[in-house]
Amino acid sequence: MKLKLNVWRQSNNSDKGGFVSYNVEADEHMSFLEMMDVLNEKLISEKKDPVAFEHDCREGICGTCNMVINGRPHGPQKGTTVCQLHMRQFKDGDTIAIEPWRVDAFPIIKDLVVDRSSLDHIIQAGGYISVNTGQAPDGNAIPIDKEEASAAFDAATCIGCGACAAACPNGSAMLFTSAKVAHLGKLPQGKVEHKKRVQKMVAQMDKEGFGFCSNVGACEVECPKEISTENIAMLNRSYLGSMMSTND
Amino acid sequence: MKWIINLLTSSIGQKLVMSLTGLFLISFVIVHLIGNLQLLVDDGGYAFNTYAYFMTNNPLIKTISLGLYFFILLHAVQGLLIYFTNKKKSGGKSASKYAVRTYENGSWASKNMALLGTLILFFLCVHMGDFWYKMKFTDDLAMVTYDGYDQPIKDLYTRVSVAFQELWIVAVYLVGLFALAFHLMHGFSSAFQTLGLRHKKYTPLINGIGITLSVIIPLAYAVIPIWSYFK
Amino acid sequence: MSLNSNVPNGPLAEKWTNYKSKMNLVAPNNKRRLEVIVVGTGLAGASAAATLGELGYNVKAFTFHDSPRRAHSIAAQGGINAAKNYQNDGDSIWRLFYDTIKGGDYRSRESNVHRLAEVSADIIDQCVAQGVPFAREYGGLLHNRSFGGVQVSRTFYARGQTGQQLLIGAYQALSRQISNGNVEMYNRHEMLDVVKIDGKARGIVTRNLLNGKIESHAAHCVILATGGYGNVFYLSTNAMGSNVTAAWRAVKRGALMANPCYTQIHPTCIPVSGEYQSKLTLMSESLRNDGRVWVPKTIADAEAIQRGEKTGLDIAEEDRDYYLERRYPAFGNLVPRDVASRAAKVACDEGKGVSKTGLAVFLDFASAIQRYGKSAAISQGISDPDAGTITKLGEKVVEEKYGNLFEMYEKITGENPYKNPMKIYPAVHYTMGGLWVDYNLQTNIPGLFALGEANFSDHGANRLGASALMQGLADGYFVIPYTLGTFLSNEIRTPKFTTDAPEFKAAESKVKENVLRLANSQGNQSVESFHRRLGKIMWEYCGMSRNAEGLKKGRQMIRELREEFYRDVYVPGSDTEYNPELEKAGRVADFLEMGEVMMLDALNRNESCGGHFREEYQSTEGEAQRNDADYTYVAAWEWDDNEPILHKEELNFENVELKTRSYK
Repeated sequence: MKLKLNVWRQSNNSDKGGFVSYNVEADEHMSFLEMMDVLNEKLISEKKDPVAFEHDCREGICGTCNMVINGRPHGPQKGTTVCQLHMRQFKDGDTIAIEPWRVDAFPIIKDLVVDRSSLDHIIQAGGYISVNTGQAPDGNAIPIDKEEASAAFDAATCIGCGACAAACPNGSAMLFTSAKVAHLGKLPQGKVEHKKRVQKMVAQMDKEGFGFCSNVGACEVECPKEISTENIAMLNRSYLGSMMSTND
Repeated sequence: MKWIINLLTSSIGQKLVMSLTGLFLISFVIVHLIGNLQLLVDDGGYAFNTYAYFMTNNPLIKTISLGLYFFILLHAVQGLLIYFTNKKKSGGKSASKYAVRTYENGSWASKNMALLGTLILFFLCVHMGDFWYKMKFTDDLAMVTYDGYDQPIKDLYTRVSVAFQELWIVAVYLVGLFALAFHLMHGFSSAFQTLGLRHKKYTPLINGIGITLSVIIPLAYAVIPIWSYFK
Repeated sequence: MSLNSNVPNGPLAEKWTNYKSKMNLVAPNNKRRLEVIVVGTGLAGASAAATLGELGYNVKAFTFHDSPRRAHSIAAQGGINAAKNYQNDGDSIWRLFYDTIKGGDYRSRESNVHRLAEVSADIIDQCVAQGVPFAREYGGLLHNRSFGGVQVSRTFYARGQTGQQLLIGAYQALSRQISNGNVEMYNRHEMLDVVKIDGKARGIVTRNLLNGKIESHAAHCVILATGGYGNVFYLSTNAMGSNVTAAWRAVKRGALMANPCYTQIHPTCIPVSGEYQSKLTLMSESLRNDGRVWVPKTIADAEAIQRGEKTGLDIAEEDRDYYLERRYPAFGNLVPRDVASRAAKVACDEGKGVSKTGLAVFLDFASAIQRYGKSAAISQGISDPDAGTITKLGEKVVEEKYGNLFEMYEKITGENPYKNPMKIYPAVHYTMGGLWVDYNLQTNIPGLFALGEANFSDHGANRLGASALMQGLADGYFVIPYTLGTFLSNEIRTPKFTTDAPEFKAAESKVKENVLRLANSQGNQSVESFHRRLGKIMWEYCGMSRNAEGLKKGRQMIRELREEFYRDVYVPGSDTEYNPELEKAGRVADFLEMGEVMMLDALNRNESCGGHFREEYQSTEGEAQRNDADYTYVAAWEWDDNEPILHKEELNFENVELKTRSYK
């Protein structure tokens, strides 16, 4: 299949950047990133600068890959990262626009590569359970309701790719933050620190320069792990509750 | 008291303000509608004018209405603040962040709340300037005398009826109500989401009520100018 | 060089307990003054950095990724073993130890493996406390499943994303230490050299991948937790970025590479679909709990499938060869990975492969769907269910167990695995070999430690399923925090090092020189093309089966390829900017040397064991033939440009009897 790609090229953060068009020959069994590999091999053979894009596991789990394809983070297929997106989702002769995540808190490094350290900072602010190695009781000491464990798991599947913020017209990271809050807050071992965790993570999220959630819901549509905005409701509830009930 | 400042300056806290003021304003819109439907009573304006008199002279209502003005302003100012913050932080340089859009994720209303809200605010200015301002601060209105009232009261009914003979005013009202419909369509359920009130069991009900209100309220309001125009 | 494994004396089961009780400790006030560098933030690295931070050491952690959470541990699917015996099915520390030794084909160190089995239970407790959402029963207690090569259910799992959940647990623990200031995190920094001062590892040289700056970092010791080298094969289940560079640069500074020829070929991966293929995707071993592996009995049927005239569904039950069940009745579809992989290769070599390329076998869930469907019908009180109902119910059960794997399969292949049997083929997955370490996980360079897949210590010649996660976390959470003390307790008087030392300056300039040499390469071929060619050579001559002639030829080809690489590679961009091609060039350059050592090691080992199958050494039934008399040793290689040098560590088995592995 023959494709025309309009790829966002930007040599660094201060560069203005713009679209450059390329023609690529692809196979329908290729993954989208393999198609990008073909493009880069072609550019290298012409001694041109290849398109910088991030990727690693190519199994849809590490959360490294990030591209906005025709206006959609991770492309058109539901619940799928770019690396798992295959070219059979496209037709011969298609024109495909490829852009980086556009979020204020994710500065562009080069082409399609952005800096997502802000997400790490949110986790560092409190996205953990404070247990030192060796302090743990027996794994079966606390039975956990299967339904609760499963709900916690659904939130814990977040791969930290940032598609939620990229999809959000406000550049909000609420789905990311709420997924961690829900993962830990639904489990008995995470409940102890829940209130403080929520406050610290929200404060950090605001500090990192993410926008405000206005309940548009684009995040859950584009999330490759299909994490629900129910978690955002839980975050809101927990945050408001914790602000009213903690001592400081 | 530092916690209140922390709360109200946080992203979620500011949304809380939107949610609570929004729900309050929805309740006002419903009460206001019930009162105004008296315009449709065919009694030459008695029901409506006495209602208007009550609303502008009762001390309790007067106090509450001060709160209402405050909440309208708060909702508007806070909403615009959020809008401008988000515009700055979204990462996009234009209205749509990405050059190409092939798919609409999220409803149109949810992404245009600021626009819809601003339309409603403009509409409010026209609406209040025409009736509320004239009723409260001028002597432009004719007076009528009713049994049981010591002195003549202002005939707002006639003023409204006259106003709605103008096609452009009717049009302004319809546009305002159209904006209100979409604003409510997202706003009602969004307010509950912001408050964290969400569960598989009752959220469908909330969403259903939201949609119903966003259709019924503007439609019922719209009857008034249309009916008056064609009367 | 004599290799001292530093294994403590005493009975096997008491070694670790005694060691912990008697080792020298570092007092808290001294810990504050000691600096530790951890390279890599996968399960081993993140857990080590977090735990050492908790203990009070000053830790600097490095990853070449944009975030510590991206490490490839995240992609592990199936589970993690632990001798908890929650299922009351006869499991014990001894049995986990024994299974691991046997599964490793008697080529691992008894003491290390026993310690691994001992701490396995603590790992589960730790992870549960961190909030890892392991699978649970309705009663709220932890659930287990079974994995290849064992007859108990001791595998804890979190859907098909166990690695992700465990890594996130470790990442969160690490994040907590970062926020406490105990760990300083360096993202997007690639380690390019180890710095030795007076023979001890005292720091590293890194390249900042954002701007190309070469930087030195000093510490009292260096821990490498940088994963395996499976990407030497180009096509593997490893992530695109997984590389041998950190470990290899240590080898170039005198560390030894042990047992490099032990490569695990995983039997259940999605087959290659074309020349453009960039990586292979694993389908978790857990699928073999319920999936049955088969090929057609006749070559005619297989060829019809290859031509696309028939599908698996067209082959009648009696015309199918469930070859694992036939050849290994005791373990059936759950034989260890090396055995399953080789059996698939044998079937395909006979011409019975079931894809266009002839390189695939079926993994069929039809009978599992029927079995689960029937029992679901009974438990739901449906009497006399029809075939459609049974299939529907069965598919639902299978979906609950493996839904995300099935979904992934469908995304990649475009085929529905509920209706058509999956097609699978073996692929490079894990490398048992790695840096040689002693009982303390210390390499032969004092102060340089290696954890997780980066070391060679626990899996012998073949790793059992769900043991990689166990080893990574055991090393990081429960072993290195103790054994590091043995080294550091002698360093409490050593002042902090600065990077002004001449050793650092020398290493920096050498690194710069190497980077510039690659950055200035203006040949005609891309880095990727060299990597692909290297991978083909490795797979052809050092893959699922090897022979002396091929290995010699392969070694020669790699040497020629390396020479061509330096002559004709093209690296775009400069060394002072974000330049993924330059990063890749450095990694491929190291693979080109690593590959040669693998060939050499495979050639040296004149036996078949675990993941190393030499065609010359097999029984008449095609089973691997070990040579315990001559090869019960660890082969540790010292790099030399001309002829790498072999060092041997004899393996002494005092507690288990060496037997021919049988899964029949």
